[in-house]
Amino acid sequence: MLTKRIIPCLDVKDGKTVKGINFENLRDAGDPVELGAFYADQGADELVFLDITATVEHRRTLVDLVRRVAQNVNIPFTVGGGISSIEDVSALLNAGADKVSINSSAVKNPDLVNQLALEFGSQCVVVAIDTKRYDGKSKVHTHGGRKPTDLDTFAWAKEVTDRGAGEILLTSMDHDGVKNGFANDLTKTLSEILNIPIIASGGGGTMQHFLDSFTIGKADAALAASVFHFKEIGIQELKQYLQKNNINVRLGC
Amino acid sequence: MQVAIIKYNAGNTQSVIYALNRLGIEPILSDNAAELAAADKVIFPGVGEASTAMKFLKERNLDVLIPTLKQPVLGICLGLQLMCTHSEENDTMGMNIFPVAVKRFAATDKVPHMGWNSLSHIHSPLLAGIAEQDYVYFVHSYYAELSNYTIAQCDYILPFAAVMKKDNFYAAQFHTEKSGLAGARILQNFISL
Repeated sequence: MLTKRIIPCLDVKDGKTVKGINFENLRDAGDPVELGAFYADQGADELVFLDITATVEHRRTLVDLVRRVAQNVNIPFTVGGGISSIEDVSALLNAGADKVSINSSAVKNPDLVNQLALEFGSQCVVVAIDTKRYDGKSKVHTHGGRKPTDLDTFAWAKEVTDRGAGEILLTSMDHDGVKNGFANDLTKTLSEILNIPIIASGGGGTMQHFLDSFTIGKADAALAASVFHFKEIGIQELKQYLQKNNINVRLGC
Repeated sequence: MQVAIIKYNAGNTQSVIYALNRLGIEPILSDNAAELAAADKVIFPGVGEASTAMKFLKERNLDVLIPTLKQPVLGICLGLQLMCTHSEENDTMGMNIFPVAVKRFAATDKVPHMGWNSLSHIHSPLLAGIAEQDYVYFVHSYYAELSNYTIAQCDYILPFAAVMKKDNFYAAQFHTEKSGLAGARILQNFISL
């Protein structure tokens, strides 16, 4: 039976892991390769590396980091941050990444989703959607959540699915970094209208929050950063808790 | 022990190299017929879209070479699908090593089938040490139908072939190179065949 996935997210800046509170006040949480291997040994199901300061000059650093992660980690991982072309994706996949996550560049150029799906297959195309309530409606935000757009979150999620996205990483900016639980209503709605997996992100603070993201939010996977980085929740402990609560998870590594 | 990985535009060749490195093996990456024929083991990986990958193989005559290999060959993911007769993905003819059809999952649940799933009906030395409660990592929208060649099955939407064997040809739908300790065990088993 297919399991629900637990995904630690490593926000990376200049080759180091960071995690902000609402994307500001970045704190150093360690070496990404070491952390990645640690999580794989603890039973994490996948890893996500988001390069939050991806620029042209950092691109080579990121490919290098991906290579070192792939050498040391025996579970799948996704890389995101500043990816805007087939060439970018090709370099990251060739270095050992399993999937790429695109966000602002998909909003700017929706055809990129089609191009990547055709060239590399839908399975490696994750579209990250940062969403925030705005005038009572869920709107897509770009540039690390700083820029609001006119795009309705549900319409955009539907569009990228039709264009060939293989998975959606949904981050609620209203919940991110504050550890009050995931945006379960939003996740549930998306999970029910779309026929691709949804990763819930933003707000995981307790083990109950993760359970709720699966039972109430109908998420296929739940992603979090600081609760794992600062060892507030252990992956094994979380999975045992989920299993006790009848969520099918992969124990062991 | 010389392990060769077939070099083509299949995305995850590097991941397979790293997984073998973790087992202490230094594979070669080659699209050269003589080199591939001389290797002790050949791995045919693959991530991506079937027609694009098949076109690439044809341009290099690898579609003719692969079915003639005599040593143990392991196809992975898209590799498995291209070793079958035909894939519904862009109506692509495969290499017909396994006379099996590759179909798209019906949209009665989410597609792709993405994540960790368990195996059942396991019977092969390739899968020695793998139990039904072990999980391996799948990412795919198309599946090979069950057949006499199925040596382990997985259930998602319907039971399908997770691992196949015919003569010296083996193929796994999941990513052995990314499936934690279970995946490493299967790669080790393959190397030891």
